[in-house]
Amino acid sequence: MISNTIILPVLMHMLIAVLLIFFWRNVKAQKIISVAGNLLVLGLGIEIFMLTWNNGIQTTQAGAWRAPFGITFVADVFSSSMVLLTAIAGTAVGLFSTVGIRRERMKYGYFPIYHFLLMGLNGAFLTGDIFNLFVWFEIIIIASFVLMTLGGRRLQIGAGIKYVTINLLASVIFLTAIGILYGLTGSLNMADLSLKIAAIENRGLVNVTAMLFFTSFGIKSAVFPLYFWLPASYHTPPSAITAIFGGLLTKVGVYALIRTFTLIFVPDAFTTNVLLVVATGTLLTGALGALVKKDIRKLFSYLIVCHIGYMIAGLGMFTEIAIVGTLFYLFHDMMAKTNLFLITGLMTKIRGSGYYKDTGGLYKDYPRLSLIIAIVFFSVVGVPPLSGFWPKIYLFQAGLGTGSYILLGAMIIASFITLYVMAKCWSEMFWKPQPEENKKEPDNFSKMNRWDKTWMVGPIIMLAFISLYIGLGAEKIMMVSKHIAGELMDTGPYIKAVLGK
Amino acid sequence: MKTIILKVASNYLLPLLLLFSVFILLRGHYEPGGGFVGGLIASIAFVLHAFANGLKTTQKFLKYHPGVAIPIGLGLSLFAGLLPMFAGLPFMKSLFFSQPLPVIGTISTALVFDIGVYLVVVGVTLTILFTISETVND
Repeated sequence: MISNTIILPVLMHMLIAVLLIFFWRNVKAQKIISVAGNLLVLGLGIEIFMLTWNNGIQTTQAGAWRAPFGITFVADVFSSSMVLLTAIAGTAVGLFSTVGIRRERMKYGYFPIYHFLLMGLNGAFLTGDIFNLFVWFEIIIIASFVLMTLGGRRLQIGAGIKYVTINLLASVIFLTAIGILYGLTGSLNMADLSLKIAAIENRGLVNVTAMLFFTSFGIKSAVFPLYFWLPASYHTPPSAITAIFGGLLTKVGVYALIRTFTLIFVPDAFTTNVLLVVATGTLLTGALGALVKKDIRKLFSYLIVCHIGYMIAGLGMFTEIAIVGTLFYLFHDMMAKTNLFLITGLMTKIRGSGYYKDTGGLYKDYPRLSLIIAIVFFSVVGVPPLSGFWPKIYLFQAGLGTGSYILLGAMIIASFITLYVMAKCWSEMFWKPQPEENKKEPDNFSKMNRWDKTWMVGPIIMLAFISLYIGLGAEKIMMVSKHIAGELMDTGPYIKAVLGK
Repeated sequence: MKTIILKVASNYLLPLLLLFSVFILLRGHYEPGGGFVGGLIASIAFVLHAFANGLKTTQKFLKYHPGVAIPIGLGLSLFAGLLPMFAGLPFMKSLFFSQPLPVIGTISTALVFDIGVYLVVVGVTLTILFTISETVND
């Protein structure tokens, strides 16, 4: 089915960004345009999701150059649900930013760059061309690099250098892999590649290319042993920026992994083994890293790494149940991680410190807010019936089914460590009485006016309720995940939609 | 670099180079050239002018901050891409005027896109170079 609508989430963000540049110095106008634009894209996201859910895969050929020669944009249910979740997270963080980001940062183009970043994310989810995917990744890197260093504090610049160096390296590897792939097949269209790669005799070369792609996407999605840049850089920018990074940037790497390893390189025994080893390593090292960190933002950064492991594990086991688990986890994680970092922003605002040892007594001062935050914390842990619980059932079931017992062990250990870490955060920050030294720190939150408070807490509540919905309405999410897993395992309709044969 | 030869030459070179950049821009549809190269040539013209006459003079000559060209260019390019979508065609499909114009030839939305690129390149290059020379001079 051909539909022009599917490209609109990309174009709309660009339009908003261009508009915002016109209002470069007018911060108030920027806030209004940004929030309105985000809501518009959210509406578009819902429309596209309904369109693909009801009518199947939608495509459009940019410039009317036919596939496999032109650039195809494809929206299947997987892409469109990623676009929808990005729009939800984008709206929440956009709202939070209106209060959570300093005025000076806004004057130097925070909002335009933010929308360019969202444009890059939507583009990466919707493209059906592997080189175009590379281009969207570049847009994401450039935008995120600017966001990371905006403000120019020494700590930020240092982190930014680490971030950009390793990500550029990943891009070089990605580009090399695309070059080899083009040399092998003479095509860049993913649907076309799917057919051509399957017909190649020299499987060794195909596997090498697949590993190059895996390395590149692995760096971007922060898997073991290539994750070290993430905890080294994610704690430096303001919380709103980290929220969008933690919630969406690593997930776009996971999306690219899932897409290429189901469509182009269907995993053989070698690839699945590599994926499983990497998943085990990611789960364990991420969890152990989280165990020793005292700064909550660093701690949550390690949790991002740890939980990426679950998604890679599902992909590595490569059965339909495992893929369902991966997808469900991906959806849950995007919402929960975005929210976790927004919460750190709020808590730092209230207590003036990001170290959990120094703070405390939040439950006493803000009981209702604490209850909302508890939902998010225990969603991340996966306490039934909250959202982290359901995908784990599927992943454990798949682990038992495929006999990957070491991985299963790693998943269970990672779950327990997550539980321990989150419980410790909860008891230190919320239950423990506030330490005397910390009482001297100014409470910047209670000084804000009513509207500003609403903009700060509103997004957190919104995302918490979505997390709650993912947990309590798990049946619906499961239905979507199963549908997507079916699409991913049987690539026939995708290829037919793109190539028309 | 305050030499009289460069100063006089740059005054003549500025319009010539700008004209050449427009030529390259228009040529780009079927032959080598286009908005990107044209934009670079145009910015070289202004940089040369700044070299000879000092940054202040060039900035006064330009009247507006070169960064203004960035959103205008981006907007033009986006508009050129969006235009066919109103007719129900895919994004970025090139639309042609049915009648060729004198001198320029047939105009298409691809030209509008290229003009947008031209403006963005001029805006970005000049903003970067002017900012760097300002910080060096300070």
